[in-house]
Amino acid sequence: MIAVAARTAAEIAQRGRPCSLRVRTLIEGSIKYLLWSLTFLSVATTAVIIAVLASETYGFFTTTDHPEISLWTFFCGTEWSPLLGAEPMFGVLPLVAGTLLVTTIAGVVALPIGLMTAIYLSEYATARRRTLLKAVLEILAGVPTVVYGFFALTFITPYLLQPFSSAFGTYNAMSAGIAVGIMILPIVCSLSEDALRAVPQSLRDGAYALGSTKFDVSAKVVVPAALSGIVAAFLLALTRAIGETMIVALAAGGLAQLTANPTAQVQTMTAYMVQIFLGDAPAAGIEYKSSYAVAFTLFLITFFLTWIGAIVLRRYREEYE
Amino acid sequence: MMGGKTIATTRRLMSNRLFLYGCLTATSIAMLVLGVLMISIALEGWSSVSWRFLDSFASRKAAQAGIKAPLVGSLWVCAICALVALPMGIGTAIYLEEFAKRSRLKHLIQLNISNLSGVPSIVYGILALAAFVRFFGVSTGDAPWSIGDPESLFFVQFPFGPSVLAGGLTLALVVLPIMIIASQEAFRAVPQSLRQGALALGSTPWQVIWRVSFPAALPTIMTGAILAMSRAIGEAAPLLVIGGFLLVFQTPTNLMSDFTVLPLQIFNWAGRPQADFHKLAAAAIIVQLVVLLFFNSIAIIIRQKLQRPLQS
Repeated sequence: MIAVAARTAAEIAQRGRPCSLRVRTLIEGSIKYLLWSLTFLSVATTAVIIAVLASETYGFFTTTDHPEISLWTFFCGTEWSPLLGAEPMFGVLPLVAGTLLVTTIAGVVALPIGLMTAIYLSEYATARRRTLLKAVLEILAGVPTVVYGFFALTFITPYLLQPFSSAFGTYNAMSAGIAVGIMILPIVCSLSEDALRAVPQSLRDGAYALGSTKFDVSAKVVVPAALSGIVAAFLLALTRAIGETMIVALAAGGLAQLTANPTAQVQTMTAYMVQIFLGDAPAAGIEYKSSYAVAFTLFLITFFLTWIGAIVLRRYREEYE
Repeated sequence: MMGGKTIATTRRLMSNRLFLYGCLTATSIAMLVLGVLMISIALEGWSSVSWRFLDSFASRKAAQAGIKAPLVGSLWVCAICALVALPMGIGTAIYLEEFAKRSRLKHLIQLNISNLSGVPSIVYGILALAAFVRFFGVSTGDAPWSIGDPESLFFVQFPFGPSVLAGGLTLALVVLPIMIIASQEAFRAVPQSLRQGALALGSTPWQVIWRVSFPAALPTIMTGAILAMSRAIGEAAPLLVIGGFLLVFQTPTNLMSDFTVLPLQIFNWAGRPQADFHKLAAAAIIVQLVVLLFFNSIAIIIRQKLQRPLQS
């Protein structure tokens, strides 16, 4: 009763007269349902993505123009040449291998550097340096990926890689991988740093009291305590690397081949989609539909990785409070 | 032992020192990369930045090409994206943080949103191509159904086609998960005591949100919004999928106009073999980075001026 009286008083103060209970409930309720429907929209987005990709992919696999396409030849075929030759081949493995190669190079570049920078930021840096470094990382994070693609094509390849070995062509997996690594560096760094800083100070103090050096504290106490967050950061960054499009479209080349050679040009799943949607293929043809099958594969891979990341974060979190 | 150090201690101190050097090297690499990136682009593109470059349309001749269409197109697309993604993101965050009770459903929605933020942007392009550009193929073959005069500002047609509206909606899809997550964090950071105080004074739940939580969360939300917008303005892949045009010779006049954006123009120029066009690409990148820097500095100013601690 007192609560109702107070609420009425507040309404009188606000608009000069009390609001009827029915009107109030109606307004509050409709706002709530409006917001609920917005929330529902985000779920609907996922559903529509899956529906569109699945239906187009189904169309690709049940096509009558090209009888050899089956789940087996798609997922286990080692040749991808939809636009070349008389007999187009649709085996997705070369595209997956291209993506994996670029992602691996990016991971080798970004994960150690990112983690070390995060440790520096969280354990060593003074407040001033931290602010400065965070600003640098924020700028790096905001640079559009097409800029990194341009950087890979016009700087990394001619000035860093080609003087080192003449095997590198204009387009190669290495330059794209390095550029993707630079792109994911801020993600690795800021997410790992969040995880490191969430480790309570008492753990560090305890380790120092036992005579640990700063290295011991960082590497044997703080990093293991924050491991779930660090792994989740790595997974998220790798997901971004797998889905990265503009860098590989510019710098990795356009030849799908099953190779682990970083000097060779490769085509990733995303780069193939760019090639198709830029209009190299007729809009109703089998090549066009194949890009949906590739997109669906890509979507499943990234969805799966993000999901694993969420599980790692939730299940293996060390709770200290 | 007295005065000296055991071998084990020496080794530990050495690894301690090496580790610090390792961390410093890693950190300086990050700084160095940014420096090299900026300097190499500035050297390549600076000579091409001019008023004429900003004020002319695309051309097949490098000396006459400019970025008027992509620059204005980027602003249109970004504005549409903001008008759609900000209210939707904030609304969803309000529902999840202020209304939804802890339940399995809420957990699933949350998981779904974080999954959506990991979906590659090019996949959103495919979704937008089906949903906005073609309306799921509802009217294939026929001329699009339209309202209003094609010259007027309020001209709309269905399906939207590869128009500036479709582009803005596409980017809104891409940044919506980012926007939701950022706003949620902002609402979560508002101390519970503020809400309780308002409730004790007799506010209804919506009054608490609108007059207490939302204003308190606003600076953080705005920072998140600006970061989301700077992501949107740099995004090229989804717009490439929905058919953003590479050569556009006019600025948008209404929501159904053809458009291109800066990152697409950069992609187009960077992908050509001629060095002249690489110079143009670098110049366009400089313009793009200046726009982004402007966005980021607004975010920093907001963070420093408006963000006051809510808990003493």
